[in-house]
Amino acid sequence: MTDSGTPPHMRPDRSFQALILTLQRFWADYGCVILQPYDMEVGAGTFHPATTLRALGPKPWNAAYVQPSRRPKDGRYGENPNRLQHYYQYQVILKPSPPDIQDLYLKSLAAIGIDAGLHDIRFVEDDWESPTLGAWGLGWECWCDGMEVSQFTYFQQVAGFECAPVSGELTYGLERLAMYVQGVDRVYDLNFNGREGAQKVTYGDVFLQAEQEYSRHNFEHADTAMLFEQFKMAEAACRKYLDVGWQKNETGSEKKERHLMALPAYDQCIKASHVFNLLDARGVISVTERQSYILRVRELAKACGAAWLATEAGGAG
Amino acid sequence: MPDLLLEFFSEEIPARMQPRAADDLRKLVTDRLVEAGLVYEGAKAFATPRRLALAVHGIPARQPDLKEEKKGPRVGAPQAAIDGFLKSAGLASLDQAKVEKDPKKGEFYVAVVEKKGRPAIDVIGEIVPEVVRAFPWPKSMRWGAASAQPGALTWVRPLHSIVAIFGPETEDPDVVIFSVGGIASGSITHGHRFMAPAAIEVRRQADYMEKLEKAKVIVDPARRQDIILAEAKNLAFAQGFELVEDAGLLAEAAGLVEWPVVLMGTFDRAFLAIPDEVIRTTIRNNQKCFVLRDPQTAKLVNKFILIANIEAADGGKAIVAGNERVIRARLSDATFFYESDLKTLLEDRLPKFEGIVFHEKLGTQWQRIERIERLAAALAPLVKADIGKARRAARLCKADLLSDVVGEFPELQGLMGKYYAEAQGEDEAVAHAIEDHYSPKGPDDLVPADPVSIAVALADKIDTLVGFWAIDEKPTGSKDPYALRRAALGVIRLVLSNGVRMGLLDVFSRATEGYLEQDNAHVVAALGKNQTPGSEFDAIRRSFAALTGAGLREFFADRLKVQLREQGARHDLVDAVFSLEGQDDLFLIVRRVEALGRFLDTDDGRNLLAGAKRAANILRIEEKKDGHAFAGAPDGALLKDPEEKALAGAIEAARDDAAAAVGREDFAAAMAAMAKLRPAVDAFFDKVTVNADDKVLRENRLKLLNEIRQATRAVADFSKIEG
Repeated sequence: MTDSGTPPHMRPDRSFQALILTLQRFWADYGCVILQPYDMEVGAGTFHPATTLRALGPKPWNAAYVQPSRRPKDGRYGENPNRLQHYYQYQVILKPSPPDIQDLYLKSLAAIGIDAGLHDIRFVEDDWESPTLGAWGLGWECWCDGMEVSQFTYFQQVAGFECAPVSGELTYGLERLAMYVQGVDRVYDLNFNGREGAQKVTYGDVFLQAEQEYSRHNFEHADTAMLFEQFKMAEAACRKYLDVGWQKNETGSEKKERHLMALPAYDQCIKASHVFNLLDARGVISVTERQSYILRVRELAKACGAAWLATEAGGAG
Repeated sequence: MPDLLLEFFSEEIPARMQPRAADDLRKLVTDRLVEAGLVYEGAKAFATPRRLALAVHGIPARQPDLKEEKKGPRVGAPQAAIDGFLKSAGLASLDQAKVEKDPKKGEFYVAVVEKKGRPAIDVIGEIVPEVVRAFPWPKSMRWGAASAQPGALTWVRPLHSIVAIFGPETEDPDVVIFSVGGIASGSITHGHRFMAPAAIEVRRQADYMEKLEKAKVIVDPARRQDIILAEAKNLAFAQGFELVEDAGLLAEAAGLVEWPVVLMGTFDRAFLAIPDEVIRTTIRNNQKCFVLRDPQTAKLVNKFILIANIEAADGGKAIVAGNERVIRARLSDATFFYESDLKTLLEDRLPKFEGIVFHEKLGTQWQRIERIERLAAALAPLVKADIGKARRAARLCKADLLSDVVGEFPELQGLMGKYYAEAQGEDEAVAHAIEDHYSPKGPDDLVPADPVSIAVALADKIDTLVGFWAIDEKPTGSKDPYALRRAALGVIRLVLSNGVRMGLLDVFSRATEGYLEQDNAHVVAALGKNQTPGSEFDAIRRSFAALTGAGLREFFADRLKVQLREQGARHDLVDAVFSLEGQDDLFLIVRRVEALGRFLDTDDGRNLLAGAKRAANILRIEEKKDGHAFAGAPDGALLKDPEEKALAGAIEAARDDAAAAVGREDFAAAMAAMAKLRPAVDAFFDKVTVNADDKVLRENRLKLLNEIRQATRAVADFSKIEG
């Protein structure tokens, strides 16, 4: 996208939003469904039902989207040049993983101006595991000149179920990638809109205050009594929706064939997961309790996965 | 004879798995070849990030023909038996069978079945897919559309193509035809991912290596390592620096590239203010880069060496600039961690340990620190360490585990503690003990020599050993989750190389006191219900001994044997010494074993051993016959022959002299005293009949033999010595 016809503010090496738009266009061209971010707080793009749930079952699925991701513990009050409690991931899921997926990824880097003849691009072992989602996969972290710019994973298992077929997941750390192509050392200095002078909006203009406020919230003031309560409520609601979602068949038997509310149930699982992350950041969960909370979320994720597999999109009948 | 070339071309194979995978491929394929009667001349396997290759030389073109003789029924057997035989041997009629004779069986039929060897290429075509399907990757995966089906092929990462070529050097080779997981074998591979991605047709190994090298792939990992090392050293040397070599990093770096390009980068000098080890670990662990030092001062310089995988159009400027930026960010993180760590005194971190469980049954880390401190103080006088300093070092020795730098790089534990201790003005011996208390970490690690370090290092290990023994969590087989073997070996090396004099059981009991003082329910229960905190030391000593039996002492004996065997000493001598009463001073045990070894290398030693063994053998037989032992002193009045009188005298003298020498811990002298026994023993066996007709005489002589056995026990239990 560095051809001369592109105005400067639309160049991915000048503007954070142009980088995102370039990736959107690239993956749209490939044939992905371009989704918008999921409208709930999540820790990573993987939590979006378009990845977690769609990775399960036999149906083909190609999608891409930006996902704002919240990691309450990673907040640094806006003082660290590259650590954020809220950042953007660009997420691509291709199911089944196409044979040329590595080449596609490299082409997407070329599209945002990373020339493989000039830069040292490497696939370095990094296996992925999400204990809360009961998911794991094998893959790499992708390095560009020693900087990790993406995660590349072949999902083997999600929500405790084998992926058949396997999906390929690409996760671009957008801020890092933008810092790299813009040549900026501090995330807040990123040019957000690609304009110069008075019209220029930086990442700091958009997010610095939020980082400071949320760091205070996450580490000092988040209402833990409420959060503990919310965790319990989300867990209970998830279980409730899962229970009532199983369709009774005509004979009235309890045989679980069809589920009618997998998505709303999964929302509550996401909610529980985020609430847990907040509690963890507040330091009110001990080491042993931590394990049991992770296990509780995983149990919800597994039950949601089982429900999803009994829906139409999950491939049931 | 023909050669075989195999290549499995895949997506990037983790660097750490490559060497093992190459070995496995070679072994699995060649084992199967040999099993199939295809004995080859040589084989070599290679790995790069994207390929696993194997070249096998000198494979016969065909399997040898096999002749097998099948015995049939006797001549004239019922028709049914003959028909069965013909059918099973695949013969049309009896004319095709031979007749053989046997004196027992008489005449019988024998069928000679010839099994024609098959062409090697066909056999290989069956072997390779089986090897692929069962390949022992540490972790393997499914991928693509095929992964929807059960039984899909798994590999370490998606496998794209397979080269399989077989044929003699002078002719056009053939493709070994097979297909596995939907991938058909062929003769096409690809070059470097970015610099030469085009397809390449290969024909044999030499051709393969050469064409790939032209296509910017160095197949042999050893060559990639050589190139990296040589170029890295050159680059360093050209600027007057020295490469900090690192074999593990070198192997990893070579496993991350197909075409190594060595470049040098720079970082801000200001970062050199943080400890060298922190810089090195940051750059190594996170960026897989080497660091350089000034050969004069041995201090790091603000340069690093990176290994890229491409020859970039700009000569590597962008790559170096990119890596410099990442390293700058990493080092500023590390600096931030280090500086913020320095703001907290080590002792101020300690309260946090109250909330950290060391082991469910052995309490919190804080309780562990308290026990180590107590034990270090008790051990200090034994190693001539200042008690106050030993206490202080023990109290602070774990504090750095809660620092940010150690949180980021656990391998810097201890070392960071030392830096932080120095920064807060701790005594030098205390600071060093904090670093060294984990040592020796392995058989090749240096052993601390400073008294304070020794006291804390011993206390740390003995507290752990005693605790796990008390709750019965001992190593079994290959399972040793708490590294207790390493801890015991560490104690042994600390004791031996510093000449520490201590009784094991005493020290174990001191450590047990620590647990009892904390009212540790598990240890209290284990030691017996009547055992309460604050009871007499001797009682603890007794109950610990009763609890573990000779267990922990024997565990040490076993570790000691391993240690001595590695130094070339005989393990049976350790048994011979350990099985004497009350041997629990490791330092003395080893000195005695050494003296015993030297003694047994002399004629006197060997002969005395032979004599003692002969005495023991006779005694064993006669004791069994009579059903009782021949204990007690022989009656002097019954000694008749001059040789037995001489022996009795010699035993008494040897025993007294040896005991006195042992009392002085002069084991050489004790052995020398034993040596004096030898002529008397020899003469006795020469001239005196032990099993005399006279019962009283016989009994007395057997008692004399028993005295030999008893006397030699002043230095060792000779019955445990082999040979």
